[in-house]
Amino acid sequence: MLKDITIGQHFPGNSPVHKLDPRLKIVLTVAFVVVLFMSTNFVGLFLSAVFTLSVFKLSGIPLKMLQKSIKPLIPLIFFTVFLNLFFIKGPGDPLINLGFVKIYKEAILFIIVMVCRIIFLICGTSLLTYTTSPIMLTDGLESLMKPLNKIHFPVHEMAMMMTIALRFIPTLIEETDKIMNAQKSRGAMLDSGSFADRIKALVPILIPLFISSLRRAEELATAMECRCYHGGEGRTRLKQLKITGDDIRSAVLCCVCFVIILSTRMFFTRVI
Amino acid sequence: MSVLKVENLSYTYNPDMPNAVKALDNINLEIEEGTFVGVIGHTGCGKSTLISHFNGLTKPQEGRILLDGKDIWTEWKDIRQVRFSVGMVFQYPEYQLFEETCYKDIAFGPKNMGLPEEEIDNRVKMAAQFCGITDEMLAGSPFDLSGGQKRRIAIAGIIAMMPRVLVLDEPCAGLDPEGRELILSQVKNYQQTTGCTVILVSHSMEDIANYADKVLVMEAGTVYNYATTEEVFADAENLSRMGLGIPDITKVFLKLKEMGVDIGTDVYTIPYAVKQLLKYKQAKEAAKNA
Ligand SMILES: Nc1ncnc2c1ncn2[C@@H]1O[C@H](COP(=O)(O)OP(=O)(O)O)[C@@H](O)[C@H]1O
Ligand SMILES: [Mg+2]
Repeated sequence: MLKDITIGQHFPGNSPVHKLDPRLKIVLTVAFVVVLFMSTNFVGLFLSAVFTLSVFKLSGIPLKMLQKSIKPLIPLIFFTVFLNLFFIKGPGDPLINLGFVKIYKEAILFIIVMVCRIIFLICGTSLLTYTTSPIMLTDGLESLMKPLNKIHFPVHEMAMMMTIALRFIPTLIEETDKIMNAQKSRGAMLDSGSFADRIKALVPILIPLFISSLRRAEELATAMECRCYHGGEGRTRLKQLKITGDDIRSAVLCCVCFVIILSTRMFFTRVI
Repeated sequence: MSVLKVENLSYTYNPDMPNAVKALDNINLEIEEGTFVGVIGHTGCGKSTLISHFNGLTKPQEGRILLDGKDIWTEWKDIRQVRFSVGMVFQYPEYQLFEETCYKDIAFGPKNMGLPEEEIDNRVKMAAQFCGITDEMLAGSPFDLSGGQKRRIAIAGIIAMMPRVLVLDEPCAGLDPEGRELILSQVKNYQQTTGCTVILVSHSMEDIANYADKVLVMEAGTVYNYATTEEVFADAENLSRMGLGIPDITKVFLKLKEMGVDIGTDVYTIPYAVKQLLKYKQAKEAAKNA
């Protein structure tokens, strides 16, 4: 149930994907997303799939995790399919004509491409969080956004907030689970009854959850103050991010793959 | 007949994942009606996982849980009925409080059972009395109380449901000795008055020694020993080797034996220790006189 939420989950490992510098990993992931949305033919999509699966294989994360990260988004995918199926119109005759609904060939092609894109998008981005610890991820982001400091954007504070938020996602999920179990043990009905009943049933869960979140926040703030945390100014790092030769080689390899995927645009007809 | 029976129970967290943990490995267990069972074992040996099966919060991956000889998942009409029969007090139960007044919070369980108003009132008062909760506290907000008081409110919330089996997961964690003593003696008193079954998970050998009739020792997801308290503590040397802190008084007797005094080591409470020592002394004097 709640345990199935995999956002922010991290699987420590020793693969080249894990070792890649987080900054490069973030940039490459963004680039991958762009490439994905610029692939407009099936060959490009197929190559993207091959690329994603190879990186997954390389990372040593079991493919089962992919299934797990896609599962919560299935309703969204269905929604996309449903909307596009009926609302995209092509120039030719519809494939199926039921009078009030007309389904065109273009709609079906578009849906296939869209669903592929969404799935690869999830794969690519979840790979980033699976292989990068939250600390590394935010360190990477902070370092990438550093230039924004010039326009007085609070980069460090944003990064710190993100680290804390990411850090507490699993804790809060666990806590919610515990409270739900406790109330279920007292006979609370969480998954049956009318809509009003269910909303009411949330009260015994939300109140303890809010209270404990506030308590945690306060404790954390005190703990940080006790260690003289005073914001980003003058703070140095225990682990400096450094780009190595291996990082550059991996990045170049990925870029080559991206260029190959993009170049299919020139040789194959676009589907959408 | 035993009230709770565990048959070949195994449970793995995150099966088929890189972070899979085998928490329970083929557990077999029978708990007799009316006994006070203590459960001990290292942190992470699967105590909490085991007891979360008892009231159907976790569904067994392998094996069955029988309540009154009936599988809780297939032969009971409603899992909620099982939860009303097997009351569960979690670790840090004070975090589950949510109502404006303690009275309302204690009444939450009985209300869910669909009892009439009058009966609920009786039960809240009964539970409050067992847990040493004053009328003043009942009318006030649970959030104004101290940690130990909050915990007693939470325990009262379960007792008010009058479960036949009361399961407590480390109810004394983080309390001062006085608070521990209070909660445990109240639970014991409740058990003796109502004749219900109690399953108490605890880190502290001392607590178990003082209150339990039978002890379940767990080790890495398996049952290491399940026997009467005397029998379990007769094996004190092995417990101590497993890194479980044995009661101080047992340590004294182990040491005496090591020094060559011919004395049993199944001693775990002070009164029994005194009796043993006196017996030993008498035997020795008798031997001298003869
Ligand atoms: N929600 C969970 N997800 C994954 N592993 C868990 C979870 N809960 C417990 N475990 C693991 O299962 C084992 C048994 O845990 P638990 O039953 O809580 O032990 P105990 O209560 O004896 O300290 C431990 O190794 C623990 O790390
Ligand atoms: Mg535990």
